[in-house]
Amino acid sequence: MQKTERTRILGTANMYRVLVKKDLAPQIKLVKVYAPDIAEKAQPGQFVIIRKDEKGERIPLTLADWEKEKGTITLIFQEVGVSTRKLGTLEVGQTILNVVGPLGNPSDIKHHGTLAIACGGFAIAAAYPIAKAFKHSGNKVISILGARTENLLILENEMRDVSDELYISTDDGSKGYKGFVRDLLKALIEKGQSFDIVYAIGPPIMMKTVCEVTRPYGIKTIVSLNPIMVDGMGMCGACRVSVGGETKFACVDGPEFDGHMVDFDVLIKRLRIYFPEERKADELYQKLGKSRHGQA
Amino acid sequence: MGKPKEKMKHSVPMPKQKPKVRIHNFNEVALGYTEEQAVAEAERCIQCPEPQCIRGCPVELDIPAFVKLIKERKFDEAIRKVKEKNSLPAICGRVCPQEEQCQKFCTLGKKWEPIAIGKLERFVADSELQKGMQLLPLSTPTGKKVAIIGAGPAGLTAAADLAKLGHEVVIFEALHAPGGVLMYGIPEFRLPKRIVEAEVAYISKLGAKMRTDALIGRSFTIDDLFKKGFNAVFIASGAGLPRFLRIPGENLGGIYSANEFLIRVNLMKAYQFPKFDTPIKVGKRVTVIGSGNTAMDAARAALRLGADEVWVVYRRSRKEMPAREEEIENAEEEGIKFKFLTTPVRFIGDEQDWIKGMECIAMKLGEPDESGRGRPTPIKGSEFIMDVDTVVIAIGRTPNPIIQRTTKGLETTKWGTVIINEQTGQTSLERVYAGGDIATGEATVISAMGAGKRAAKSIHEYLMKREKQDIHKNT
Repeated sequence: MQKTERTRILGTANMYRVLVKKDLAPQIKLVKVYAPDIAEKAQPGQFVIIRKDEKGERIPLTLADWEKEKGTITLIFQEVGVSTRKLGTLEVGQTILNVVGPLGNPSDIKHHGTLAIACGGFAIAAAYPIAKAFKHSGNKVISILGARTENLLILENEMRDVSDELYISTDDGSKGYKGFVRDLLKALIEKGQSFDIVYAIGPPIMMKTVCEVTRPYGIKTIVSLNPIMVDGMGMCGACRVSVGGETKFACVDGPEFDGHMVDFDVLIKRLRIYFPEERKADELYQKLGKSRHGQA
Repeated sequence: MGKPKEKMKHSVPMPKQKPKVRIHNFNEVALGYTEEQAVAEAERCIQCPEPQCIRGCPVELDIPAFVKLIKERKFDEAIRKVKEKNSLPAICGRVCPQEEQCQKFCTLGKKWEPIAIGKLERFVADSELQKGMQLLPLSTPTGKKVAIIGAGPAGLTAAADLAKLGHEVVIFEALHAPGGVLMYGIPEFRLPKRIVEAEVAYISKLGAKMRTDALIGRSFTIDDLFKKGFNAVFIASGAGLPRFLRIPGENLGGIYSANEFLIRVNLMKAYQFPKFDTPIKVGKRVTVIGSGNTAMDAARAALRLGADEVWVVYRRSRKEMPAREEEIENAEEEGIKFKFLTTPVRFIGDEQDWIKGMECIAMKLGEPDESGRGRPTPIKGSEFIMDVDTVVIAIGRTPNPIIQRTTKGLETTKWGTVIINEQTGQTSLERVYAGGDIATGEATVISAMGAGKRAAKSIHEYLMKREKQDIHKNT
């Protein structure tokens, strides 16, 4: 009890209450959280850092949506480890201990002409506000969505609403084109569709391969990087990425960079640094479950 | 008369955890004075008619007065005397470089060991914490609002002083816990987090409100703060981005900035993984590059996290090390090894792109450079390879750029620090003040506190002057 008292005096007990919770696909969840100051400032391409509870990690999540009037932000995440699994246990009415943001530089939303939004997996959530903003600023938006399989495809309707054209690929062919986002993009380019700019948002390997598709055509390609972060505000340097041979910090210099300059191999390797520890912790969490960690 | 003189020569040593024991835990190393030890040390003070020690204190603590009160066993009065000037005494007593400040000027120190002022300060602060804090009387509200950016040493000090003067103070802290470097940077074994929490709680009780998870420049801009009705802003956002060496292989797995390493350990409690969710990876052969207090902290933390061998690699020699002598000695006692006059030139990875080796080159010191220390230059052909599996780079930090980028008209130096009037702390903007690492570049906790004090004083003068002008206008 003393702990609660102390937290209250320090004012660290901010109330980020979950107002809506939805399962979008197996292991992909949506929470709408009351965070009016963040909703007020949020812009496409920005992210927040959350810490679910006193023992929690600080993890970055891209803003999937926000409503200024209602003071809410929407977060979409895939349960891949302890932190996201714990987040997935939150029910409506419960709170997240810390949410800070919006962080990172917003996307440079302006009139380009025609652009492709190539996105895949749960990162379609991160692409949605960007697609929406480009659509509203008068661009022709061609969206290409990818998923491993049909039931993992999220936000199809939402993306359709903010796109002039929309294509879908699944790895197994259960929906749309059988193959990858990059194949669809390549086919469009070869058919003669011109793009003034391409946004690639998804798993690092997907962004890398999209960049390989656009490079020979000289189409400017922006990627949104998702390295490991701790503070997320320019202190720790965990999120350093190599861009054009220079070390950049995704949290304050990014998260968006010119994809043709990014060393994706470094990004991918740095994302794997804690795999063994993450696996160990996850196994422990699955085994001992919520009893040990306690529910918020 | 032989005996009393002997007593005058040496200061009373503070008991410490034995090195062999402490390298296996994160508990505090220095255990603190008992009452008897504190009184015995205070009795050494000769109460100079013109005390020199005060000259060395950035917050102008009345040192002879509080030491005399300890000698008289008036501990409550002693802490009250300390808190007239210093709102974070349990912290300062532990981490201030007293040997470079107050103790350097101690008259006794000319012939013998100076009075252990820091240890005495810690003693009175700890005894008060143990008994429960007493409150100082508050002054009447002025109706003025001040926003403080950053709950580190500079911000907390300014907040305490301004709250005592009756201003409404809100501290905006970007991280989830107040304390700044005291919380994320300095390890538990040197500064227990319950001490930081207790002294932060004291500042809250003085009336300062804390708002965590608020990154100024993103969550709110400085303009937003004025729109919210604040009359003045103090930027105390601290040091930011870690410096790297800019040599090949720096992005390999197993290479940390000291900031990342220490944030994981201190703020996120990675040393308790998986009880806490944040992991840290420390191998068997750890190398820390650098030579300041941060490097010592990282090296000693690595040892406690299970490293077999920890090396500190520094391009100059021991006597140029900027770390406190006390911390270097603690590190040596614990078995940290030093490789002086050496600098890395390249990191070598294994098949998994994990660090496995570090190519170094020997250095020699030439003519003094602008820092007054010999300029290190590499000795050709002296390259050699060290086997390492973890590297922590502790060579300093550059200012965080977010506030500068989002505040129109805020002038900065080419290094990115905010330009201030050193006397007043005022920036290029009228109602905006700055102090601590964001203005000076990296420095000590106490110098940041000094900056917080100076800024609080000029903010107060500014607000009260404005008040007078407003009254004149209205009459």
